[in-house]
Amino acid sequence: MVIDTLKCVGCSDCVVACQTENDVPTGYCRDWVTESVNGTYPEVDIELRSERCNHCDNAPCVRTCPTEASHIIEGGIVLVDRDLCIGCGACIESCPYDARYRHPDLGIVDKCTFCVHRVKKGQDPACVSVCPTNCMYFGDLDDSNSKVAQLLAERKYKVLAKEAGTSPNVYYLI
Amino acid sequence: MKEEVFISGRNIPHIDPHLAIWEFPISLYLFLGGLSAGILLFSAFTHLLNKDEELKGAAKWAPLIVPFALAIGLFALIIDLGNPLYSWKLYTTIRLESPMSWGAWVLLIVTPLSILWIFSDLRKLFPKLNYTKLPFLFKVEDFCLKYKKQMALALIPLTIILGIYTGILLSAFNARPLWNNAILGPLFLVSGLSTAAATIILFAKSAQERHLFSKIDVLLIVIELGLIIHLIMGYYAGNEMQVEAVKILVGGDLTTLFFGFFVALGLLLPLVLEVFELMGYKVPVVVPAILIIVSGLIFRVLMVEAGQITRILY
Repeated sequence: MVIDTLKCVGCSDCVVACQTENDVPTGYCRDWVTESVNGTYPEVDIELRSERCNHCDNAPCVRTCPTEASHIIEGGIVLVDRDLCIGCGACIESCPYDARYRHPDLGIVDKCTFCVHRVKKGQDPACVSVCPTNCMYFGDLDDSNSKVAQLLAERKYKVLAKEAGTSPNVYYLI
Repeated sequence: MKEEVFISGRNIPHIDPHLAIWEFPISLYLFLGGLSAGILLFSAFTHLLNKDEELKGAAKWAPLIVPFALAIGLFALIIDLGNPLYSWKLYTTIRLESPMSWGAWVLLIVTPLSILWIFSDLRKLFPKLNYTKLPFLFKVEDFCLKYKKQMALALIPLTIILGIYTGILLSAFNARPLWNNAILGPLFLVSGLSTAAATIILFAKSAQERHLFSKIDVLLIVIELGLIIHLIMGYYAGNEMQVEAVKILVGGDLTTLFFGFFVALGLLLPLVLEVFELMGYKVPVVVPAILIIVSGLIFRVLMVEAGQITRILY
């Protein structure tokens, strides 16, 4: 996923779309918007970021999961198998992005799935599809013709908490 | 100046403003796990060195509490799960990368061994029991006695793994800078052994045994203090996140608890009292022993909570 911080206006539509699409319990969210303010007036720089699970290549949640509930599927999406999860919380502790939470009704751990049910049908994740400024892009980074690969080839970008060594897969254009 | 806020109003229970997923039950479990591992380790060594008769507290009395301690610990661990009824799924796979996985497996072996370990001393522990009515117990005891040496040999590596695992469980998370310190495993092991030695002092039947375990405890506390210095130095020599994280223990909200209650009242004071006792002064040994045991629990509560407050900055 590639997110253009210069186009994001912080409307939180992605958050609401996700909550509706994925039946996220009230008071919880799988994605959120962060406003990062750098500097002091008048030299101020504001960055808006829609954040979520980074679907890391070297995912610490998958590593620390004792039951193999957290796993990476073909294509790179990190998922939680609800039938295997015992809700121990090891993955929550291991996530540098605090992207996971314990489902209040089910006891299992829940998080962003990149709307895998939509992706399998060829659709974009809910957050991407509703974004009014079109600041989010979803696609296959291994395919050099894809929009996401082209954006990363052309623009300057960063990932969050690179130093955690998790090889995250959500890129922010800056 | 840099400031970051969630403008979408994120406020997830137990996640924001900082993690509180693991609470007191986990600390209690880590404490009881370390204590049990320590008692069994001392007991196994006592047996292998043929000191069962001289060191009765370590050989047969202190191990009596181990199955109960492990049972309470496991119960605490399981009620803290989101899905307690599915905890058996821990045993559908072995994942060496996940400390929780191999820790669960080690517990699965150590817990029954701790019960069999007591069975091997059944007649000595409860001489008044009417065994003619319970011939089965005889058989179990004979079986356990026959294999006691093998059990002791198995318990030594297993309990060391169990003791060290209680620390590695936390240090394996690099997302929590205060936990992500390699010394935490050895520190939890030594702290567990120290609380175990203190417990054995409480169970000791002779002055000779009390003195021996006081000496062992003095040595363990000195090692523990060294490891704590090492731990703090590790944070200061670490990256920005660790330098930031250690502020919670040094000069932050938990300073009094850490240095006051744990280091001063829980390690230095009992150390001084035990040294005085060994020098021949009259000191009620119960006092340092209980201080050590209580501070062992405080230390775990503190590390579990403090670690979850610290995070990777980005």
